[in-house]
Amino acid sequence: MSRPILEVCGLSKRYTLGSIGSTSLRDEFTRRWEAMRFLGRRGAAGRGAPGAAPGDFWALRDVSFSVQPGEVLGIIGRNGAGKSTLLKILSRITEPTSGSARLRGRVASLLEVGTGFHPDLTGRENVFLNGAILGMTRSEIRRKFDEIVAFAEIERFIDTPVKRYSSGMYVRLAFAVAAHLEPEILIVDEVLAVGDSSFQKKCTGKIQSIAADRQRTVIFVSHNMQAVEHLCSQILHLDQGSVAGFGPPAAMVADYMARTAEARGTVRTRTLADGIQLDNLLLSPNPVTAGDPLKFEITLSAPVPTTVHDFHMVLNNPSGYRVALVDLRDARGPYLLVPGQPAVFAGSIARLPLVDGSYGVGFVLRTGREHQDCNDLFHLEVRPPPPRGPLVPYAVQYQGTTVLDYTVETRGVNTR
Amino acid sequence: MTHPNPHSDSAATAEILIQPTRGWSWFSWRELYAYRDLLWLLARRDIVARYKQTILGPLWNIIQPLLTTVVFMVIFSRVARIPTNGAPSSLFYLSGMLPWNFFSQTFQSTASTFLVNANIFGKVYFPRLIVPVSAMISNLVALAIQLATFFVIFAVEKHFPRAGSFHLTAGVWLLPLVFVQVAVLSLGVGLWIAALAAKFRDFAVLSSFLLQLWMYATPVVFPLTRVPARWLWVAEINPMTFPLEATRQMLLGAGTPNIVLFANSIVSTVLIAAAGVLLFQRVEKSFVDVI
Repeated sequence: MSRPILEVCGLSKRYTLGSIGSTSLRDEFTRRWEAMRFLGRRGAAGRGAPGAAPGDFWALRDVSFSVQPGEVLGIIGRNGAGKSTLLKILSRITEPTSGSARLRGRVASLLEVGTGFHPDLTGRENVFLNGAILGMTRSEIRRKFDEIVAFAEIERFIDTPVKRYSSGMYVRLAFAVAAHLEPEILIVDEVLAVGDSSFQKKCTGKIQSIAADRQRTVIFVSHNMQAVEHLCSQILHLDQGSVAGFGPPAAMVADYMARTAEARGTVRTRTLADGIQLDNLLLSPNPVTAGDPLKFEITLSAPVPTTVHDFHMVLNNPSGYRVALVDLRDARGPYLLVPGQPAVFAGSIARLPLVDGSYGVGFVLRTGREHQDCNDLFHLEVRPPPPRGPLVPYAVQYQGTTVLDYTVETRGVNTR
Repeated sequence: MTHPNPHSDSAATAEILIQPTRGWSWFSWRELYAYRDLLWLLARRDIVARYKQTILGPLWNIIQPLLTTVVFMVIFSRVARIPTNGAPSSLFYLSGMLPWNFFSQTFQSTASTFLVNANIFGKVYFPRLIVPVSAMISNLVALAIQLATFFVIFAVEKHFPRAGSFHLTAGVWLLPLVFVQVAVLSLGVGLWIAALAAKFRDFAVLSSFLLQLWMYATPVVFPLTRVPARWLWVAEINPMTFPLEATRQMLLGAGTPNIVLFANSIVSTVLIAAAGVLLFQRVEKSFVDVI
């Protein structure tokens, strides 16, 4: 094997919770003062040691891995696992607290499309500006200009200020610039498939072709397990800032799925929003067979009287797309949760029309003060329905998302 | 296997080592040079975007100093009767505003670097110094237009001579050097404020007040010769005094630069700018985590 193009060695990143957001001088003085007062008690020991100070948060902790040229590395992990922090460090947006990373080649990172677009400038001017911000030279952009414009399908409007663009045109142009970068190492955050569905297909197609020609090393973060398994040659699985696994895609995805599904429809207390606790979620049966009924029971409690304006349960498919919603509001108005009196929501779904796979169950809760989306708190396993007759069922990736309850009658069809 | 890239030398270096930096660091000229295209494109953006959707466009670069000059002529010359070293008051104020406006514009654009560009800085890497330097370059355009305006008024005043005498002096070809000094000084002070304001917004508020105060400590609307003896030290430690007086001397023969002012000004400009760059470079590393 040749020399790795990317070598990451003991990378750690600490955020000091107290200092984030304290942007006024007075806050800082208060903080320094407090620090001085408590210094004697806490002592100098433990300062800087991982996890020692209570206000510290380690977004990454001793992460090491290496990537060979031409590989496509997928980074997976739950929200808050440190994926974005890792991308930010590799993109040189923020510095690590300790450890090092060595990149051997020209790097371009795409954490957002359209960075630096100026609304008053024309499409043409923005292509050059955005390209330069992403690290292209002017001559390079000039060479690819026609290709970029054609890809974005906005030939007619290229000399119109982008503020007059529809949002679709805007993201198309922005993505087109990004897609034509030719670095040796490309760092991509997943939220790149943008625009209407046909353009989305084009975007994922482009990412796939970049990944497939194995000319460039790609590092990309995704929640879409299908895409990751399909595109990547290596997977880095992060969990709470540490490496939970590094290896071939199939094994890593399976491991990730197993870990995230650890609390399958069982009792597990979680705080949803504004102090409101989810005491219990019961999904039965779990696993459930596609097309069968599913019962659910949800128990909420609140430490102080709290009004709930909105509450619903959501189901996300294995690719992370929301496929269904169970409305848990009451037509009579907002709920009032009082301490010591858990609220129970019990019900059943007559037939669960989802193709087989592991679904994330989450909740959206809004109180007067806070709105919180809690996706993928639990996992619901859906098993394939019994086959219709003697034919071999289609593989799950051909089945779409839903299982229909249907009958077919044939007339004038001859079988051999 | 390496992908052959004819431009690999131009944008980023071959090997990048990412690790925590300790202490202070200077910037890399090479990296700045590698991003020169971005420098020009950002400067161009600033120029183009500034006057989009205005009717008069870049004409504002002419109108604004002319209007200010008229206001100064009425208030400081007619009402307060502050003399102008024998030069026509219009040219006196216009010549003073050349370095001062350039200074204040560059100072302001530099001071807001982090706050205005927080979003871009959080998403993509390039040497952050590119941003204030490109803004300075875009301000050079305004300076050039103002200089042209000055010469038009100069010709008009020559054609219809009134009381007073004025003339270009032999040293006028050194004028660009004076503006180079103003550029370095304004960037330096601006970088200080930018670095401080990144963490404490208080400095953003303070900076506009500082600028106002600074203008009255600089001989923009009055000649240095009229500064009372007990306040002269303020003018002497003020690094903007020399560029002001030098500009006036070169363009009108109405300034009084001297070697003490020159030495003070150059030394403090270099010190302020160097410290500003160091402070800016330091804040740049951690800025994304605190904003």
